[in-house]
Amino acid sequence: MAQVQVQLTNVTKRFVTKTLGDIVAVDDFNFEVYEGECFSILGPSGCGKTTALRMIAGFEDLTEGEIHLGGRPVSSSRKNLYVPPEERDLGMVFQAFAVWPHKNVFENVAYPLRIKKVQRAEIERRVKEALHHTSLTGLEKTYPSDLSGGQQQRIALARSIVTNPKVMLLDEPLSNLDPHLRETMRFELKELQSKFGFTIIFVTHDQSEAMAISDRMLVADMGKIMQIDTPENLYNRPINRFVHSFLGESTFLNVVIKDGKVYAKGDMEHPLDLEAPPNAESEMIMATRPNAIELTADKGYQTHVQTRIFLTDRTEYVVPIGNQTLKVQTPHRITFAQGESCSVRFVEPMWYPVEDPEAEKERQRRQLI
Amino acid sequence: MINLRRNKDLAAVEGRRIGLDNVMTALAFVLLLVIVVIPISMIIYNAFFHEGKFTFNLIVEQLTRSTTLSSMWNTIKIGGLVTLFGTIMGVFYAWLLGRSNIPGKKLMRSLFTIPYMFPPFLGAMAWDLLLNGRSGYLNRWMMQTFNLSSAPLNINTIWGIVFVEVSYYFPFVFMQVVSALERMDPTLEESARIAGAKQGTVIRTITLPLVVPAISAGALLILISSLAHFGVPAILGFSQGIFTLPTRIFAVISRSGGSFEGIRQAAALSILLVVVVALALLLQRKVLSSGGYDIIKGKSMRPTLINLRGARIPLFILALVTLAVIVMVPLIMIFLVGLVRAYGLPLIPANFTLANYTRILTTSGTLDSIKNSLILAISAGIISMTLGTLIAYVVQKIKPRGTGVLEILSVLPYSIPGTVLAIGVILAWSGSLGINLYNTLWIILVAYIARYLSFSMKTSSAALLQVHPSLEEAARTCGATHTESLKDITLPLIRPAMISGFFLIFLPAMREVTTSVLLYGPYTRTLGVQIYSLRDAGMMPQAAALGSVAIVLIIVINAIVNAITADRKGV
Ligand SMILES: Nc1ncnc2c1ncn2[C@@H]1O[C@H](COP(=O)(O)OP(=O)(O)OP(=O)(O)O)[C@@H](O)[C@H]1O
Ligand SMILES: [Mg+2]
Repeated sequence: MAQVQVQLTNVTKRFVTKTLGDIVAVDDFNFEVYEGECFSILGPSGCGKTTALRMIAGFEDLTEGEIHLGGRPVSSSRKNLYVPPEERDLGMVFQAFAVWPHKNVFENVAYPLRIKKVQRAEIERRVKEALHHTSLTGLEKTYPSDLSGGQQQRIALARSIVTNPKVMLLDEPLSNLDPHLRETMRFELKELQSKFGFTIIFVTHDQSEAMAISDRMLVADMGKIMQIDTPENLYNRPINRFVHSFLGESTFLNVVIKDGKVYAKGDMEHPLDLEAPPNAESEMIMATRPNAIELTADKGYQTHVQTRIFLTDRTEYVVPIGNQTLKVQTPHRITFAQGESCSVRFVEPMWYPVEDPEAEKERQRRQLI
Repeated sequence: MINLRRNKDLAAVEGRRIGLDNVMTALAFVLLLVIVVIPISMIIYNAFFHEGKFTFNLIVEQLTRSTTLSSMWNTIKIGGLVTLFGTIMGVFYAWLLGRSNIPGKKLMRSLFTIPYMFPPFLGAMAWDLLLNGRSGYLNRWMMQTFNLSSAPLNINTIWGIVFVEVSYYFPFVFMQVVSALERMDPTLEESARIAGAKQGTVIRTITLPLVVPAISAGALLILISSLAHFGVPAILGFSQGIFTLPTRIFAVISRSGGSFEGIRQAAALSILLVVVVALALLLQRKVLSSGGYDIIKGKSMRPTLINLRGARIPLFILALVTLAVIVMVPLIMIFLVGLVRAYGLPLIPANFTLANYTRILTTSGTLDSIKNSLILAISAGIISMTLGTLIAYVVQKIKPRGTGVLEILSVLPYSIPGTVLAIGVILAWSGSLGINLYNTLWIILVAYIARYLSFSMKTSSAALLQVHPSLEEAARTCGATHTESLKDITLPLIRPAMISGFFLIFLPAMREVTTSVLLYGPYTRTLGVQIYSLRDAGMMPQAAALGSVAIVLIIVINAIVNAITADRKGV
């Protein structure tokens, strides 16, 4: 097993606000990030991603818990230990680029080295190298305001790799770029990582971005860690309804379980063609992916096509089931006309308990603060 | 690109030969001609032409007088020192209240804008009462207590003038920098921390350079205001023969008793003052490059506050003491002296009486001055606001040929000292052009309008820039005429800006001294002039009493304004 680079133990952050009450932005975070790993923190707005990252960087103190960087304790509420950001040897890239408008490209990138009092010739050499790796060669004398968003973000990248940090923190670094550029930059970032071997902690609310870039990822909601796993496992075995809906497309069905049979809520006459899960409760949520539902003429639960939508790479159907509707996606070759009768069958769905209605309210409150 | 000239075509669509736009354009040019061009031309004419012939004699004559040279030197020295110390103080407190964890930041921040509202000449009066070289209360008390043979502190010096001006001008820089710090993206500073820089280094290498444009803009305001300032050097300097160009001009005029020769000398001195201001502006531009950086923050981000640790409480106390010294002490002094039976008596309750207040509130002269100031401030506010909006509309939306000239003409008076403007108005409107407004309120009003036009022009311009042409065009497609779309769409949208433009003029006009002291006649004293004359006539307690009334008036009006403008809709 590779060495642990970043370790959070029981990390909690509570903000006291005068207007909207206290808020636990980060609630008992525990995780490790290994050397050379690309680790994403994913979650909806207000879930505490930025707060977690800023605690690792040293911009926020901890209400509770401990953070280790490369085996060294850097923040600890118990020991009242707090190593300032400048002594943590990190690289960090922010969403708003944060390149200094009063310094040209060279001076922006050279700044960390100047602070460390590196020799002139060495600065020249290393800045040149960093600019080369970020395709900024030739722009040394240019000021950031004359550059595009993508170039500005590259300056920020160059500036953070120039000191060769072990850990790189990125807070939604690509979300201010247009989609095409976002993809290119994502690729370049991975390139840089393999060249320099740094560890990445990548914060984003974009699930496809996180999926594409990470070795492992953490999904958080309302300050709590929901699940940590590889992208594949997270997609295939989401631990709860929230994670299921957050990664990829989901379709949910409220079901009632009676005598070992599964009924869609609103239709207690025709059971679904499914085994009840072990230790089932009487009411549950069944979750599946729209493209994992089989749509046939006669195998499974009998219903009809309510709406048919032709998408570029697949066809989407909406079919009524009980008092609910279900979203089904199939390859183009399977065609049913609107109103035509059909059957649906589920393949290895996931089962979750019915969600507490309070949770949604709390989620909204957090986004207001 | 959006074609902002579209409106012109739209006006033509109306099918009239003289569209509304043409009328407005013509009006703007004529008004600026009358209000700005004529007075300024009259100064230039009188300073350079003698009996119809061009000559440098008058200027040269002034320049060879030692009094002129020393006034010039004093003006420059005071202006430079006030700018230097005011800037340092403004930046320091902006940083302390904007970026540190000092207690009570919100309250302190609004308290620190009070000096901005405080009329500087009342501050000067208060400090004169306290630290006058001969009779200041504090000086006498210290002489008695410590058995000193002479006054330990003397406010009637260049440094005294600098001290008082700094107290009331530093908010220019303070307010600019506080807002720049507020708008600044905190990750700009955080990236420097991550890069390995310590807090102090970050402030020096990142924060300060990024707010230089804001500092520079504020410093410029201080410099212009100080160079043109009349009240403080007049109150503190006259008794010691310390003159600046504005006070020298006043002295020349009042000594000559309004004779033409005096006014011509004043015109020559005015030219020198304008030259000094212009040179200062050029120098400033050289020293501090202006032009803003794009430092606006993105998503809701909270700046990291710098932990002052052990220095937190001492710095808090320092800020409170500063406020006490520049606001509370003068305020209390003015109120107390307003209560005392006769000037010079110790400030103890036994000597207190309300007689001064009843006297000033029953003498017609004083009541008239309050009434005059109210009339002038309200009418100058309304007229300048309307004209400013009109000109702004012509400049921003109609853009006729000569837009640049229009723009320059309307902001020109702002960098021309009030004293100079007053001389110009005297030269233009006391008969030499066939119209004699001398000794009437009209002449003061004309000067006020010229002086404050740029204020409303600026706020209206900013608001109009945000009214997208498509809004008016949408109204036109709904069938509204050009006039109707203006009335129904544009005006309502910029109304809040016009209202704040009004108060931006009303408040300083209420306490104006610089121009009115040169323009007043026997029945047209303003509030400021009346306080000044009462004091000049040795009626110190009454002057102080009237000063307190003025302060109360200003504070009350300010509170009302804040309440009104707090919830504003529009752009
Ligand atoms: N300094 C602060 N004071 C008070 N509340 C704060 C502070 N910083 C963050 N919060 C609150 O803590 C919660 C988590 O904030 P955080 O910025 O970490 O969310 P996020 O996951 O990064 O969201 P986003 O995707 O919008 O950036 C939010 O409800 C936020 O309002
Ligand atoms: Mg965030």
